Amino acid sequence: MPRIAVVGGSLGGLRVTEALFSSGWEGEIVVISEETHPPYTRPPLSKAALTAAPDLTVLAFQQRPEAARADWRFGVRAEGCDLEQRTLSLSDGSTLRFDGLVAATGVAARRLPERIARSGCAVRTYDDCVALQPRLRPGATIVVIGAGFIGCEVAATAVKLGCSVHVVAIDDVPLKTPLGDTVGAAVQRRHEAHGVRFHLGTQVERITDEGGGHLVALADGTTLRCDTYVQAIGSDPCVSWLEGNGLDLADGVACDNWMRMGGIPGAVAVGDVARFPNPMFDDVPRRVEHWQMPADTARRAAATLVSDLAGEPADPRPFHPLPSFWSDQYDVRIQSFGNLAIADRIEVIEGDLDTEAAVGYFRDGRMVGAVLLGLPKKALLLRRQMLQELTPPATPAEGAA
Amino acid sequence: MKVHVDMDLCQHYGQCVFTAPEVFDLDDNGELVYHAEAPDSQRSYVEAAVMACPVQAIRIVD
Repeated sequence: MPRIAVVGGSLGGLRVTEALFSSGWEGEIVVISEETHPPYTRPPLSKAALTAAPDLTVLAFQQRPEAARADWRFGVRAEGCDLEQRTLSLSDGSTLRFDGLVAATGVAARRLPERIARSGCAVRTYDDCVALQPRLRPGATIVVIGAGFIGCEVAATAVKLGCSVHVVAIDDVPLKTPLGDTVGAAVQRRHEAHGVRFHLGTQVERITDEGGGHLVALADGTTLRCDTYVQAIGSDPCVSWLEGNGLDLADGVACDNWMRMGGIPGAVAVGDVARFPNPMFDDVPRRVEHWQMPADTARRAAATLVSDLAGEPADPRPFHPLPSFWSDQYDVRIQSFGNLAIADRIEVIEGDLDTEAAVGYFRDGRMVGAVLLGLPKKALLLRRQMLQELTPPATPAEGAA
Repeated sequence: MKVHVDMDLCQHYGQCVFTAPEVFDLDDNGELVYHAEAPDSQRSYVEAAVMACPVQAIRIVD
């Protein structure tokens, strides 16, 4: 029986499995999952799931019945892949032959080098969340390293739980990369109003254990004493298992608009690990670590893979999902639609950054992205507007076959 | 079909409004409102909303 191997058993792996079966795949599907838990939702791990003992039965995804038709192998990792021979080498020493391949390995939390820090919680997996949650007790001092979304959300959650919180980051403004200086500074003011102390433009030199806690020495000479520190310094795509196949693995795996890795028929990628061009913006392949991307790319990749394996041409229509994300910090929800990173001008189009606001991100005069602080109804309107304005004309794209 | 949203879990993210706007909406305060009884023609959209919910708050009861 023909076999599709899905490497990665989180949201992307689950959704592509469901989409493959519902697109008419009648062969076998084997899912290789390094984690031992069934697929679960991650957004709450830096928010609600940290406020009380995390519960996997609440976090685990509802699955479509067809997902159970796959052979799920938990606690196993792909260590190598030969795209020509169509085989995977697995961490249990076995080799798995496949006809079609899906890379759904996502990203892993980045860690400080061991010479700087030997422990410290990260926030990516359920197990990370279980380790961190009991440490966020009232009165505890927490140092959060990193001021991206995860760092800022953990800081806000810890403050709400009664912790005293420091945030250390190498950038001069929190959320600088995803949101830019203007909105990042507004978010910083909100955190400071809740008592968070920022140490920006500096980095951690060394963390040592002392008593039951830690001393965090910063490059600017400051030393912070804390009970717990959190490593929230970003993540790296899990692609080492794909090495040796001539693929572009510079930042995730480069794919075409059909989600084929390196344009190779019968081998696709989904979710956080996939770098693909979106004709809403331009032809530059980008990774998009947003909530709905695993589901969107899974549908596209499943359709491509089923066509490729049947020797049929793939869907000629271009694939252009609208990037969108949200983040909860204190009483404000930050939401975004579109691509903020390519903007050359930012303008507050409604409201005030210190209360509620809608911010437009423009490139060459065209709105390519928007950020909202609060204003939930406006978010629905702006999303609809962006879908209308950014959706490319429905002409068949080249290279489908 | 009957739709149930666990309002203790719901965080009003609105992902369901994107996928099934005939069944789910946000009110003027940004709180989720929905039709607990939806026509069967909406089933595929509601199923997509179930999958899109980041906090797994939506259930199709029948």
